[in-house]
Amino acid sequence: MFVVATVSLFIAMILVLIRLFAGPSLYDRVLALNSFGTHTVLFIGVIGFLMGRPDFLDIALLYALINFVGTIAILKYFRYRAIGDVRRDVSEADS
Amino acid sequence: MDMIVEVLSWVFIVSGSFFTIVGSLGVLRLPDFWTRLHGMSISDSAGVILLILGMAMQAGLTLITVKLFIILAFLFITGPTSTHAVANAALVSGLKPRSDVPPEKDPEFNPNPDSK
Amino acid sequence: MGKLQVRLIGTAIFLSALWLLMSGLYKPLILGLGAVSVLLVVYVLHRMDSVDEDRVTLPLSPIASIGYFFWLLVEIARANWAVTKIVLSPKMPITQHLFAVPYTQKSDVGQVIFANSITLTPGTLTVETDLGYFLVHALDYSPDDLVALADMDAHVTAIETERAG
Repeated sequence: MFVVATVSLFIAMILVLIRLFAGPSLYDRVLALNSFGTHTVLFIGVIGFLMGRPDFLDIALLYALINFVGTIAILKYFRYRAIGDVRRDVSEADS
Repeated sequence: MDMIVEVLSWVFIVSGSFFTIVGSLGVLRLPDFWTRLHGMSISDSAGVILLILGMAMQAGLTLITVKLFIILAFLFITGPTSTHAVANAALVSGLKPRSDVPPEKDPEFNPNPDSK
Repeated sequence: MGKLQVRLIGTAIFLSALWLLMSGLYKPLILGLGAVSVLLVVYVLHRMDSVDEDRVTLPLSPIASIGYFFWLLVEIARANWAVTKIVLSPKMPITQHLFAVPYTQKSDVGQVIFANSITLTPGTLTVETDLGYFLVHALDYSPDDLVALADMDAHVTAIETERAG
């Protein structure tokens, strides 16, 4: 059963990776990256069950956190060209 | 009783895998960015919920199930939030969706009529 | 014993429960580390409380929220099936559209729940939030969507308690 889930998650990840490389716009790539991250979280969990080591779920939880923060950080970077504090003039001119 | 749980978790995991593949296929196949977002939201909602429920049934009433439900709750909140963040960033950057509904058939008011 | 103390003790209990459930190792060293972390977090929270008096409030009724959650699951299942049919059909009949949906929730939490519910059901997606309405993108638009979303709006408003946050 977990073999089915592992194989189909693997296929799904490859499909999303193709979209990640094909683009065409930046936002398509961010979208594909985010989706790839969600699939990775599930993949780690399923692999843990398949190998009888459910401790992998800790890693999956951590990956879910990093994936979310990473997506937001990428979007913020491409909007303001900075990850940390945004300069006043840029943020006011933009919004 | 064990039999029922086993069969149910089979059903959940296989259908979760199916929806994950359908969602990824949607991300790959749909014609433009705005429709691809909807493809992603299939694997984000149905795939995640069904797969985690199936895994929780396999684990039974243990701490593993608690951890799985914490992951589920987290993905349940952050999934739509990051989808919204991507969509909003695309809209702000000027990637406007095309509309297939002719304006005279649209019963809603248009919030920014000058951009048409 | 004021309201603040109750909140701090509640936070400590919640954090301890989270630690115990997540670690699963009940050795003296691990439990001691957990106790130290909980105390540290509660201390930092208490210190930061003197900076601003901002409190997280959840103006939702618990029982109605659980009912709403299961209603939402049914909606998600139904919407998933509709979008799956579109993706799997060879011609992909798409009529995408961006439209405004008014919301009636008073609190921020209610608005967030409504917007996230729209995004969580495949086929509709909140793109922009503005005063009084959300911009929603639909994959397969029909005028029925407005009725369905107004229904969801009523469901979310029903779980709110009166207090405006």
